[in-house]
Amino acid sequence: MSEASTPTPQEDERIKETSALRQALIRPELGGIVGTIAVFTFFLLTAFNSGMFNAAGVLNWSTVSAQFMIIAVGACLLMIAGEFDLSVGSMIGFSGMSIALLSVTFSWPVWLAIIVTFAVCIAIGALNGFIVVRTGLPSFIVTLAFLFILRGFTIYLPQTLERKTIIGGVSDVAQGDWLAGLFGGKILGGLFTWMGNAGLIGVFERGTRAGDPVVDGIPMLIVWAIVLVIFGHVLLTKTKFGNWIFAAGGDAQAARYAGVPVNRVKILMFMFTAFCATVFATCQVMEFGSAGADRGLLKEFEAIIAVVIGGALLTGGYGSVLGAALGALIFGVVQQGLFFAGVESSLFRVFLGVILLFAVILNTYIRRLITGER
Amino acid sequence: MKAIVTSFAVGLALAVSPLALAAQADDDLSYVLVSHAPDSDSWWNTVKNGIALAGDQMGVTVEYRNPPTGDIADMARIIQQATAAGPNGIITTLADYDVLQGPISDAVASGIDVIIMNTGTAEQAREVGALMYVGQPEYDAGFAAGQRAKDDGVQTFLCVNHAIQQPTLVERCQGFADGLGVELGDSMLDSGVDPGEIKNKVQAYLSTNPDTQAVLTLGPVSADPTILALEENGMAGDIYFGTFDLGPEIVKGIKSGVIEWGIDQQPFLQAYLPVVVMANYHRYGVLPGNNVNSGPGFVTADALEKVEAYAGEYR
Repeated sequence: MSEASTPTPQEDERIKETSALRQALIRPELGGIVGTIAVFTFFLLTAFNSGMFNAAGVLNWSTVSAQFMIIAVGACLLMIAGEFDLSVGSMIGFSGMSIALLSVTFSWPVWLAIIVTFAVCIAIGALNGFIVVRTGLPSFIVTLAFLFILRGFTIYLPQTLERKTIIGGVSDVAQGDWLAGLFGGKILGGLFTWMGNAGLIGVFERGTRAGDPVVDGIPMLIVWAIVLVIFGHVLLTKTKFGNWIFAAGGDAQAARYAGVPVNRVKILMFMFTAFCATVFATCQVMEFGSAGADRGLLKEFEAIIAVVIGGALLTGGYGSVLGAALGALIFGVVQQGLFFAGVESSLFRVFLGVILLFAVILNTYIRRLITGER
Repeated sequence: MKAIVTSFAVGLALAVSPLALAAQADDDLSYVLVSHAPDSDSWWNTVKNGIALAGDQMGVTVEYRNPPTGDIADMARIIQQATAAGPNGIITTLADYDVLQGPISDAVASGIDVIIMNTGTAEQAREVGALMYVGQPEYDAGFAAGQRAKDDGVQTFLCVNHAIQQPTLVERCQGFADGLGVELGDSMLDSGVDPGEIKNKVQAYLSTNPDTQAVLTLGPVSADPTILALEENGMAGDIYFGTFDLGPEIVKGIKSGVIEWGIDQQPFLQAYLPVVVMANYHRYGVLPGNNVNSGPGFVTADALEKVEAYAGEYR
């Protein structure tokens, strides 16, 4: 009796054994990891002496990758939730222009201009989401409309108010502003000065800044990218809300039956995408000191490309923020690396297309391994 | 993954080999030209041909770079990239002073010589520490064109602007209006870059504003569809038509009398001269003492032969 009442724990025949190695390898980021290794190996071999891996070169491709990462995190979460946002590029132009107009033309304090712009843009994101969930129209169409609407305003407003399409002078008014520094500043300046003095990184050779290091700190743009990636990753993989995002994108109706507030999840993700686009624009305006009506053209596709290279599924319900971040890194490194390698710049798109195609094929194969679908 | 690397390597080898052949430099000078033009702007082909020819003649390596969508912030990254790669010189446009002055000053401070071409002013070129400026002062060129049109009796006009986000193009329209002595007002049309749209917008504007006496286009992108629009609504040859820049269709238009004049800023010189100047500067230390105005030159129906032969290639 006693033997029967305490049965030895038997192996559950419903659970399939997988090796630890296989478990470690089979993850949505695998494509991104392999791609990153391949891309870095490639450029280390072909462009090592071209300046790509000196301080200024590393900063260059890191900055470009960080730009892609910021918008890719938003696009990734939204895509996993089953929707698209094609208005990201126009939103970048619009929010940058908004900050410049409010702070320069209307002489508002820069911190207020930034906060108001964030509020307006997140509200537009919410409107995007609201229209999508209320009408049931594809987000592709709704956000395509906003692509034109926002770009139109971005050209019309400065043209009407200032008779020009590039609003400069933001650097002057942003001088010493507490919030502006959070987007356009640099950190660890002391470390780089030390490295410059110690001869670890290059220094300027002439002019008033001779002797200063060529890289004088890590731009906040990169800090924002890292923070957003960590936030997105934790949100998606460690929280209940993360599960809701997967559920909303996987099968919205089934998720609703299970009690997931699908509409709220989707609207929040549209707002988050708008937030990411505004972060991108604010960093750009604060770094360069001006906003232009043509900023952010086609950035929505760059975000989507990074996300897809990173292994997310265009139809929603599957993907990874880390993957998207690696996708952004690959994209940035390839884009700048081809310049370093001296490739004819008109061929850049050819390489981009080839990489995109291979990444998608590889990711599809990996996904089939994971999910077991045929 | 191996397949990716292999195909990548093969592709790269194919792409790099013509460059490697072209560079027969004995002292390994290399120059990078960075423009603000999107891929769609065919006018810059002349610039590409200009640096290629100068590179061949001077025996130096030249490369052409541009932001695919014309986004100036992306252009700043390309200049930073070129700086990190450390060529002997960078030739660049100054399409937006606020954005580009930082990266360009960094390049100068890193020991790379810079020449500003095409867009920007002599003053701005001096401020960023460039050796010189080679180009056409845009407002002045527009102003000169406006004065010329005024002398021909023009009072009202339409300015077809295909890239309204570029301040330099707005300056051309503004200069033209000031040269005429009239307000710019609604005379500037935001046409976009699509030929079909440009054509329809021009026709629509001219039918709602029938008292328009002159049309000004700002380059082949807006001029070519405008020629078609005028031919279709019967105003070709009747309305006063001037344009900035040259191209095959514009040259035909000037020849047939549809276009009164074209303003040639001679982009060939803007690309060719900086390479020659810098190569000689780096080899022998000689440098011209002033900026170079490559334009404006008015091209009319007289003396079109050379222009016609090389339009779109070197003119």
